[in-house]
Amino acid sequence: MLIDTLKKGLRSWTTSMMGEQVDEKIAALSRSENEYGVDPFGFSLDYSLSAVAPIIWLYKHYHRVETFGIEKVPRGRVLLVSNHSGQLPMDGAMIGASMLLKADPPRSMRAMVEKWMPTLPWVSTFMARVGQIVGTPENCRRLLENEEAILVFPEGTRGLNKLWPKRYQLQEFGLGFMRLALETNTPIVPVAVIGAEEQAPSMMNLKPMAKLLGFPSFPITPTGLPFPLPTRYRIYFGDPLFFTGRADDEDAELEKKVKVVRAAIQSMLDAGIRARKHVFW
Amino acid sequence: MTDKNQRPAVVLTGISGNLGRCLTKLLHKEERIIGIDRRPFVGKPKDVEMVQGDLRKKKIEDVFRRNQVKAVVHMGILHDPRMSAEDHHSFNVLGTTRVLDCAARFGVKKLVVLSSADVYGPSPDNSNFLTEEAPLMAASRFPSVRDLIEVDMLAHGFFWRHPAVETVVLRPVHIVGPTIKNAPSNYLRNRRPWKLAGFDPMVQLIHMEDVARALAEALTEGRKGVYNVVGPGAVPLSALFKELGARPLAIPHPLARPILGALFKYRLASFPPEELDHIQFLCMVDGERWAKETHWQPAHSMRETIRSVLGE
Repeated sequence: MLIDTLKKGLRSWTTSMMGEQVDEKIAALSRSENEYGVDPFGFSLDYSLSAVAPIIWLYKHYHRVETFGIEKVPRGRVLLVSNHSGQLPMDGAMIGASMLLKADPPRSMRAMVEKWMPTLPWVSTFMARVGQIVGTPENCRRLLENEEAILVFPEGTRGLNKLWPKRYQLQEFGLGFMRLALETNTPIVPVAVIGAEEQAPSMMNLKPMAKLLGFPSFPITPTGLPFPLPTRYRIYFGDPLFFTGRADDEDAELEKKVKVVRAAIQSMLDAGIRARKHVFW
Repeated sequence: MTDKNQRPAVVLTGISGNLGRCLTKLLHKEERIIGIDRRPFVGKPKDVEMVQGDLRKKKIEDVFRRNQVKAVVHMGILHDPRMSAEDHHSFNVLGTTRVLDCAARFGVKKLVVLSSADVYGPSPDNSNFLTEEAPLMAASRFPSVRDLIEVDMLAHGFFWRHPAVETVVLRPVHIVGPTIKNAPSNYLRNRRPWKLAGFDPMVQLIHMEDVARALAEALTEGRKGVYNVVGPGAVPLSALFKELGARPLAIPHPLARPILGALFKYRLASFPPEELDHIQFLCMVDGERWAKETHWQPAHSMRETIRSVLGE
């Protein structure tokens, strides 16, 4: 069948691009699967090995991602907290690919995705099979207790869909990730992604159109669609931050801690932008 | 008058259903069983006493007056979307109220109520695994199931108001079995079932016999509380079709609801359109609490559970 051939082709593409330690990388991807090839959250290794091929290609040949400081990510449970930008959530996919391709030992990571996602046909299935899940606190808690690496974007769509003039300015952070970190005693690794802002500069957000289609936003970019341009990505991983305190503290107390994380990401962003010579190279 | 010579009895409401008959088989050798159901009990074992009648009727109290009842398993709860909402509501809510009232007045020591994991309701906002503390949201998208939520809440309320009675509320996932005629089993028996194009949610199934075992386990002395009960795990909907050799028909979701709505209205479909949520979104539960406290292991494997709808 055509689909099987396509799946096989993608799969061998994936393994050819993974470079050294292919088996280890595949082992890092695999989770506890049942006789039907899925883990309880719906992740499927077979599906993922085919599905990640385009992502690895984008990582290596399109966005030509450079990673810095990935060795700082501790083993066991960890929250990766990143800035979010670029209209399409490519930044999440690229952070995931860097954890798989550059971390030693390779690691699979789950991103907490928007509640909008399960309402989208095909996207919802794709996300579940590659191990991405809806960002409810219960899901996050369960996975951290399983010693998994979780990526969160505390800006949410506020960051993803912001307009060009606001590039590399962190938007308001949600507090939920901090409550979870305190509750589950999880270290936080601040992550700065540079290059995603320029992949699809948004001039305006056509709000009535977004409302009509049920999208979080409807960006108008120079190319018309939010199609990502081949900007070079640079991903910076910061030193892990450990917080102590009560998870059910007042918002004001949590905001102080969240500010520390936000400042760490902003300073990595500023330093990264100063260091880069060109958006595309 | 209470017959002093008789052993204390276990009352099973809804005994004539698939689950009731299954539970009877597990219990009747050890316990004295009294069944209550509107329907006759076909193939009733000789040692089972049967009272044919409506749970809503005052007459049902006689069962408790004339016998010493030590435990009640309440399974007499309707799940029939074809029935009028009023009848459905009346039977489930008034029936459950009567059972609870009898349990409180006649000194029953143990009450087991069969609720369902459906009370949480499928939704795009759901966590992958809902615990017993999750709010019961099913009626927000599917108002005609609110009687099932009310039954659960009545039992829940009873648990707190009557601490002397050991109350157990079980919320099993979709029950399937060879002769079961509920929505999930009927759906899976379809050779060309509908699916929603691009949606393939994870689903949990449990075999009818495993639910009967769980109900029997719930009768153990000392056990009380609200529990989700899961079977052998979770699989994507597409895996069920593959296992059963069904060839699903992919319908775009914006069209499926109006089409199914019209078909249901004219009695050409047996599912109301709200049921589509179950094949679009997650409604999975965390069965850890029950599994840990009772060392629960389903007897049927995933494959057996899925294939059971075919009568194997």
